[in-house]
Amino acid sequence: MKPETRRRVILAPLATWAGLMVLLAVTALYAYLPSAPIKPEVSLAIGIAKALLIALFFMQLRKNASLIRLASMAGLVWASFLFMLTFADLLTR
Amino acid sequence: MTQPPAILNEPWRTPERQQVAMQFGIWLFLATEALFFGGLFLFYAVSRFTDSAGFEIGAREADIWFGTANTAVLMTSSLTMAIGERATKEGLVPLARLMVMATLALGATFLVVKGFEYRSDIEKHLVPGPAFKYAIRGAAQFWAFYWTATVVHAIHLTVGLGIVSRLLFISKEDLPERWTTAIGTALYWHLVDIVWVILYPLLYLVGRP
Repeated sequence: MKPETRRRVILAPLATWAGLMVLLAVTALYAYLPSAPIKPEVSLAIGIAKALLIALFFMQLRKNASLIRLASMAGLVWASFLFMLTFADLLTR
Repeated sequence: MTQPPAILNEPWRTPERQQVAMQFGIWLFLATEALFFGGLFLFYAVSRFTDSAGFEIGAREADIWFGTANTAVLMTSSLTMAIGERATKEGLVPLARLMVMATLALGATFLVVKGFEYRSDIEKHLVPGPAFKYAIRGAAQFWAFYWTATVVHAIHLTVGLGIVSRLLFISKEDLPERWTTAIGTALYWHLVDIVWVILYPLLYLVGRP
């Protein structure tokens, strides 16, 4: 295997995986820190960061056709309508 | 970064177009999955917002050891799937097959750990119903979400095991020209991982001391 191939096939995914593992350790530890602030926000932000690592690098959205990147947003946009309309009702009752 | 010449299949004119078509189709399917899980997450958001005290009391019972171990297992399976997919495209068939097998083993490990977790949850009376541990409003909502979301996720993972194992039935000679099949398979597998990565803080990190 050429070094360039090894980098692309093995080392790049391995680096993403290492990042995911670090984030997992950080989020689990933070949840148990006594009196640490904004725990729900931090745990969700780290969860989203992990999801982004998977989407951008494992699912290769970082370097991809604009059509694919646009399509990958579609579900989230539609789901956001679901949340916006529901909470627009719930928060103004 | 130079990409290797990927094998062209009918009816595509260029490998790039072939790849975009496969990814576009799968991403549209994944969008329906985002909506499906979006409905479940909406239930979670509304319940946690309306009955936050009871919701947190219920959520404290979720076993973080099972949850964290399974998160690590699933993220590692995404790593092996990603290497397997890239190796298929490069024509590195033995490596691709090894990684596909590793992905299957890790996926099965996730389900086994989940089974032990379910047994422990049932023994602790955490199934909403007459024998449920808590009477406070919100606790049962958390556990209703827990069971629904994790069972639906486990079903997705089981389907994923079937789809991934399909790559092993393609002969060694044919595997490199089926590189878009590997791409589509990997996209689905990674989505199942993403859903879990979002579920993890919602299920296991709420109301910790």
